[in-house]
Amino acid sequence: MKVRLVDIAHARSGDKGDTANVGVIALEPGWYPFLAKTLTLSRVTQHFDGVITGGVERFELPNLYALNFLLHGALDGGGTLSLKTDAQGKVFSTAMLRMVLDVPDAEAAALGLPAAPVP
Amino acid sequence: MESSPTTQSSRIVRVASGQGFWGDWLDAPRRQVEGGQVDYLMLDYLAEVTMSILQKQKERDPAMGYARDFIGAMESVLTAVTDRGVKVIANAGGVNPYACARAVLEVARARGAAGKVKIGVVTGDDLLPRIDELIASGHALSNMETGEPLSAIRDRVLSANAYIGSEPIVEALRLGANVVVTGRSTDTALTMAPLRHEFGWGAEEWDKLAAGIIAGHIIECGAQCSGGNCLYDWRNIPDLANVGYPIVEARADGTFTVVKHPGTGGRINVQSVTEQLVYEMGDPHSYITPDVVADFSTIHLEADGENRVRVFGIEGRPATDKLKVSVAYRAGFKAVGTLVYAWPVALEKAQLADRVLRERLDTMGLRFDQILTEFVGVSATHGRLAPQTSEAQEVQFRVGVRGPDRKAVERFTREIVPLLLNGPPSVTGVAAGRPKVEEIVAYWPALVDKTVVQTKVEVLA
Repeated sequence: MKVRLVDIAHARSGDKGDTANVGVIALEPGWYPFLAKTLTLSRVTQHFDGVITGGVERFELPNLYALNFLLHGALDGGGTLSLKTDAQGKVFSTAMLRMVLDVPDAEAAALGLPAAPVP
Repeated sequence: MESSPTTQSSRIVRVASGQGFWGDWLDAPRRQVEGGQVDYLMLDYLAEVTMSILQKQKERDPAMGYARDFIGAMESVLTAVTDRGVKVIANAGGVNPYACARAVLEVARARGAAGKVKIGVVTGDDLLPRIDELIASGHALSNMETGEPLSAIRDRVLSANAYIGSEPIVEALRLGANVVVTGRSTDTALTMAPLRHEFGWGAEEWDKLAAGIIAGHIIECGAQCSGGNCLYDWRNIPDLANVGYPIVEARADGTFTVVKHPGTGGRINVQSVTEQLVYEMGDPHSYITPDVVADFSTIHLEADGENRVRVFGIEGRPATDKLKVSVAYRAGFKAVGTLVYAWPVALEKAQLADRVLRERLDTMGLRFDQILTEFVGVSATHGRLAPQTSEAQEVQFRVGVRGPDRKAVERFTREIVPLLLNGPPSVTGVAAGRPKVEEIVAYWPALVDKTVVQTKVEVLA
């Protein structure tokens, strides 16, 4: 089954120099272990391939049901150097939430994950 | 006055956030002191490059160089300070805290409250006059991201400020100040210092200091923890027009509750506070400040009634022996131009405009470090992650250049408007005329040994 990250998490992003950070927070505490298992370093690196020029770092915050990702080389130099509309990485949050996940039907049903709408 | 342990442990100190950055809602400080009981009003004015803007202003006029908005804010909250004992803590001093303090005293005098305002002025963060001495004595002030020593850009430095911690603010309060003005204090120290002062937290009570820092992190961006810019359930956040800015109700044991005044809009819940906690987060296990290293993986949040979130369990570790330094330096020039292309096939027209423009820049032999094109309405914010599933009704063609040569950037600014008549069709949206050339003031983060920075506190009345 396809599950959209935007239906199971919320997020906020910000900047530090040329790095954008994206905090991803489970909409239900019970969904956090699934998020932690699914949003691996390689999955997120692949998601932002071609969007950022540097690597990705990943941190777990089970106490907040959240994951924090640092996306390096995300902001065309960052701060005042950047020519981007989103020079401060404010909406990398929802760029992350565009991710669509493949979840075995049984697992999705057990967790009560909402299915992605059929296009 | 001595208080018994029981009174101390149940006592609550309220720190209200009234400004999350320079340019935030002018009405917020007044609303915070009028909407209910608060003990401290915390106003954060400084972003990374603000100091360099202020430095430029001070070069033009030695009486400037601080956040002017703060003077208006003080006017709007003056009677709360003089008659109700609300204390104000702000990093509005920028590169000229004394001029800022004098301007506040002038406001008090004009309002007949001259004797009622005691301003603590915190200085010592400004390293600009000492840069050569520091470099000569072996402090490379290397860029934390690239490792390059500051000497590489020495002649282009505009400002250099150490981020200072809570101690001088605590000292100013101890000396009886009811308004404290600092230069480059950390945002979080503005909240932690009054708690440390009120509860007498020691310099090595790491868990409590970390709690004060995290309280500061939660409220330092104003309404961003109380319903502003909140993605969670955003449609149902009530009355954003009257959004209540956050207040920390802190206790001596380091636990605190995030609240807002009754009758205000917005919403404080576990989700809104969590979104703010992860904002601008690096390694959550090591949130480094001059006072303490806070561990965000120890934070516990709990709903405590409507619009109340209790925060507890926070742990901290000893501070490092370094201070972060924010250096601002001239880094060339940039300009950004925009045009709007309309249906049909708006994107294709905008893409042709981009090719035409780039060919002309190339023909003229103009060289830039960067030329960046975005198609706003299609892919500007999410790049290739955004699917082009339906035809855009209009597209903003947005192109920027950056480089060391001011003349080249200026020439670029003359190439946008002509596209109206000599480029692809169905184009509009140049009411503002040609783009402006901006000098880039870039940010250079560095570290310096704590021992080289001596802060000073003086109380003016």
